Amino acid sequence: MRRSRPDIGLITEIALEDERSRMNGDHMLRWFSNISRNLGVALPFFLFVLAVGLLEPHFLTTTNIAQVLRQAAVPGVIALGVLFVIIAGRLDLSVGSLLSFTTVIIVDLHDKIGPLGAMAFGFLAALLVGVLNGILIAYLGLNSLIVTLAMLSLLQGLTMIYTGGTNVDIARPEATWFSVIGKGYALGLPIPILIVCFVSAIAYFLLHGSVFGRYVFATGGNESAAYYSGVDSRKVIAGCYVLSSFSVAISAVILSSRVSGAQNDMGAGYELTVLAAIIIGGASLLGGSGAVIRTLGGVMLLGFVTNGLIFLGLPFYAQWLVTWAVLLLSVWADVATRRGTVFT
Amino acid sequence: MMQPSAIRAIPRGNGPISIAHLVLRNSVWILLITLTLTFGVINPQFLGLTNLINILFQGSYVGFLALALTLLMISRNIDLSVGSTLSLAACLAVGLQPFGIIQAACAAILVGIALGSLNGFIIEKTGIDSFIVTLAGLIGIKGLVFLYTKEETIASDSSSFVDFGSSYVGPIPTIALIFIAVGVALNFVLRSTRHGREAYAIGGNRSAAENAGIRVSRHVTINFAVSGGLAALCGVLMASQLGAAAPTYGQNYELWAVIAAVIGGTKLTGGYGNVLGTIGGVLALAVLRNGMNMAGLPAFYVFVVVGLTLIGALLLDKFGSRQTQ
Repeated sequence: MRRSRPDIGLITEIALEDERSRMNGDHMLRWFSNISRNLGVALPFFLFVLAVGLLEPHFLTTTNIAQVLRQAAVPGVIALGVLFVIIAGRLDLSVGSLLSFTTVIIVDLHDKIGPLGAMAFGFLAALLVGVLNGILIAYLGLNSLIVTLAMLSLLQGLTMIYTGGTNVDIARPEATWFSVIGKGYALGLPIPILIVCFVSAIAYFLLHGSVFGRYVFATGGNESAAYYSGVDSRKVIAGCYVLSSFSVAISAVILSSRVSGAQNDMGAGYELTVLAAIIIGGASLLGGSGAVIRTLGGVMLLGFVTNGLIFLGLPFYAQWLVTWAVLLLSVWADVATRRGTVFT
Repeated sequence: MMQPSAIRAIPRGNGPISIAHLVLRNSVWILLITLTLTFGVINPQFLGLTNLINILFQGSYVGFLALALTLLMISRNIDLSVGSTLSLAACLAVGLQPFGIIQAACAAILVGIALGSLNGFIIEKTGIDSFIVTLAGLIGIKGLVFLYTKEETIASDSSSFVDFGSSYVGPIPTIALIFIAVGVALNFVLRSTRHGREAYAIGGNRSAAENAGIRVSRHVTINFAVSGGLAALCGVLMASQLGAAAPTYGQNYELWAVIAAVIGGTKLTGGYGNVLGTIGGVLALAVLRNGMNMAGLPAFYVFVVVGLTLIGALLLDKFGSRQTQ
């Protein structure tokens, strides 16, 4: 027994030393690897944007950039919400269907009860879905992939039952202030971009500056450790799903205002685009890592690449091939940096 | 030898098997029988032999993919790219017909196997999660399909190709028969071969399996190749039955296949699942679609019922197995 005590002391000493060197000496290295991790995705992206800009002068005009950012607003806001779920170590595949559902509700109710009432019902519906997801996944402990997959199917069906399978639209979009949200300008910028900035600021504060944000990272990093540290991970996870649905409702307002109409499947596929953007932004599907700014970077990357490829005269599906490569390479760069080796 | 089905969560004690055990072990069959009887009461024609065979046939497309996913999910992987691979294979099988029908079909299936192997290779070499790799594959292979077809539907000129897809062996459609054959083969692989036992071992505890000397990387890559091959086979058969190939074939099929496998008792967390359960899940989905259609309900009610069934299956799995333990 006596011999084991100095050993423990030694181990503690080594651990402390390790911790210290990580704090001081290796700080530069970690900082450098962080930079290279960001640059790994960003550098080719900037080169691409620059190249397209040189080839096609219209690509880097303010009109086009504003157009790309305006279109990126819808996936951008959703990505910020889903980011919380991903950091908490869960998945949300229901956002695409939820976007269809909420957009259809808002557009359909707009002419019936006015824009404010329509938005209220849209938000209510989305929050209900978020709470339901939260209860099933956080409190009943069900697998998030399957629950949100079920919700994807359920909401797709509900949307079509609601509309009877037909498209809905706002009869006179030019006569309502509602269309200003998606199409208008304020402070010289398109309003959707301002909304994204506003939502990003809130998301940034929530994730990187609040207790809730730290709990989200703790839950995703090590759920049982978080639990034993007094974090109510169930409440945190449920909160993430509510945030995710809330962001979908905001996007639905932007989308329905911009398009003034809604098809039953207009949100289909958004769950994958958003997930791709978040992953390109460096979040791990295992949870515990992710950042607001980098997620926005991922969304903009996909937006500009899509737009740039179309500018180069390539068909729209070229973006899918590029997404394939970008997604794999960015995650590979991330995984390889963490592991310290390129291959397993 | 320990049968894979014996390595399940529900312990096989020496005492009498309780009813709860029986219900939980066979929940997919109870669901299937309940659905079948309900639709049979609503519409007696539903239980006619022609319709039952039709259901088997309608289910077989999702079935091929669900079988592939069962193999992958047991070893704790997932393949979301099967739907895109299906549509690429369908388009190749029709588009390459100038080189001969058999050659075109073989080329399509080989491309499927190659794409599956590529997925497996990337997963094992780079260490990226299979969910991400195959999600990227879903998007990228869809790009390949559009690149090849230029967004057009390709019609098949060959009558023998189309005849094969709508042919029967006795009363059973050839495609359904191929599905059954693949199911039997996969069942044999999972239950009676080393490869099958290793799949359960890898899904149960990957590092333990590695330490036990199982060549996990090779094993997983093979499984992904099988998955790609089955998806491609499914695409070729679909093109053959419909006499054409469109880039939209197979859209969302990966979701249906995951749903079928999960209802059939396969777990995403690995180590559990069997072919029979998955076939039960596939049939339950097919019965649901066919039955609701015959009951005159619009197709989109199926989405709602499937969503609810899936959540129900999860709840049953979670709380049922907790009670019996």
